[in-house]
Amino acid sequence: MIRLRWALADGVTLVGREFARLRHDPGEIVAALLFPAVMVVLFGYVFGSAIGVPGGGDYREYLMPGLFAMVTFSSVTGVMTRTAADASRGVMDRFRSMPMARSAVPFGQTGADLLIGLPMLAVMVVAGLLAGWRPHLGPVATAQAFLLMVVLRYALSWVGVYAGLAVRDDRVADALVPLSLPVTMVSNAFVPTGGMPGWLRFLADWNPVSALTAATRELFGNPGVPAGDLAWPLAHPVAAVLLWSAALLAVSVPLALRALSL
Amino acid sequence: MESIVVAEGLHKSFGDVRALRGLDLNVRRGTVCGVLGPNGAGKTTAVRVLATLAAPDAGHASVAGHDVVREAAEVRARIGLAGQYAAVDEKLTGRGNLRMFGRLSHLPRREAHRRADELLDRFGLADAADRRVAGYSGGMRRRLDLIASLVRRPEVLFLDEPTTGLDPRSRGEIWQAVRELVADGTTVLLTTQYLDEADRLADDVAVVDHGRVIATGTPDELKATVGDRLDVVVEDPADLPRAAAVLTGLAGAEPAVSGGDRVSVALPGGLRLAGVVRELDRAGVAAADVRLRRPTLDEVFLRLTGRTEPVA
Repeated sequence: MIRLRWALADGVTLVGREFARLRHDPGEIVAALLFPAVMVVLFGYVFGSAIGVPGGGDYREYLMPGLFAMVTFSSVTGVMTRTAADASRGVMDRFRSMPMARSAVPFGQTGADLLIGLPMLAVMVVAGLLAGWRPHLGPVATAQAFLLMVVLRYALSWVGVYAGLAVRDDRVADALVPLSLPVTMVSNAFVPTGGMPGWLRFLADWNPVSALTAATRELFGNPGVPAGDLAWPLAHPVAAVLLWSAALLAVSVPLALRALSL
Repeated sequence: MESIVVAEGLHKSFGDVRALRGLDLNVRRGTVCGVLGPNGAGKTTAVRVLATLAAPDAGHASVAGHDVVREAAEVRARIGLAGQYAAVDEKLTGRGNLRMFGRLSHLPRREAHRRADELLDRFGLADAADRRVAGYSGGMRRRLDLIASLVRRPEVLFLDEPTTGLDPRSRGEIWQAVRELVADGTTVLLTTQYLDEADRLADDVAVVDHGRVIATGTPDELKATVGDRLDVVVEDPADLPRAAAVLTGLAGAEPAVSGGDRVSVALPGGLRLAGVVRELDRAGVAAADVRLRRPTLDEVFLRLTGRTEPVA
């Protein structure tokens, strides 16, 4: 019990650390908050002017669930770069040489990421509302959609912890960040997957980004809910998101804790 | 005197690289032990094992009476670790770092804050305390790194190359800090590739090469194993061969010639300077300078490791 209490207290200290870092870095806050708004303009008005929605409907209504998924996935790269920086600069070694709970490090990182993600999501929601996006199916379904994002985000942040510990070098981690772009793009987030070549469509259909996008489109009542002969994750998107979250946690939590105890 | 750090037969490999091959070490409580060795000798790996960051493949080690593998938590509660890389958060202030490490060391909040202020004052970082570490000089960072390992008043402090890459003044500041800590009763295990650092700070020196300790002793004891050196500078370079012959006769070994006017040889014990001068005189050598000197740790080190180039 005492160990658990200390693990929680240490986790809270490390969450506080992330916020202290941000407080000293206002530029990073502005960039993080500006990013969602820029995405709405870029995709909603630049690309959106030339993309048709399958089954009809407003592209920006179609787009917003995809952008929510994109913001959700930014947790992998964010946590990965922060963890890799700690690992390569010796901060992780100092943590590990201290009488603190080793599990506090990933719990602090992932907890902080969750709290950092909420204001980003809020800005995205406001930008979406300004662009004409609306949830149509009432408060319960809307809350469920956001809850799904939070759940998957948390699972993804553990993937980020493990990835950061695995690369152990902040320069490598920084170099890997742009690779997250194709991961979010090869999905149904911005365009329907129906027109993609078969092999790419397979990847896109099984991409967790697609599952989250499809699930939230369904729960918000936004256009583009796929119909017809579908891959399993797109036919059951809510279950797929929950299964993805469980699977990612089941794999990355033990891997991350093992990497920390070595 | 009581041993506070004990390592016996430590082995550790990383793939094909055998970093430690049966390392034994003994550090007496309240002393500074200098672990000396070239790059890649296994110094850092030894510290990582002792500080519970890496488990040995074979052998065992204890710190303050606790096994570093089975009782890692007890060990961690009693040690401090500062390294050659300043392991502090660059995006926080100096004070923010110390408060965070204090909280993570499970000091109560008020105590963590008080301790941070006290350490910043004592080690001359009070003025920079509220600036971000990213703007600190190399020496300031290293000092902050050092005091971050002191928040919990460790019994044993591991310093892994604490002054590598620092300018002379910053090195002096770190040395001063280490001396003060030892005066307070902290035991320090210090790895270094600077021999003068070991000479000035260490009570005992362990020379490490290829993953094991090849010699131990006080700096003086180690120097005595090499013996005093005799340097003769001749006035006329033409006298050099004759001077060399005299020294060969006295020392029973071939002397080293350097600089065109200097011969130098390791002397067996008991030889007096007056006798040397007399012998040179008899051979008709005009000596500009004759002196006996203690060997430097560099010479001890080079002889022990069989290397021809100085390490630092």
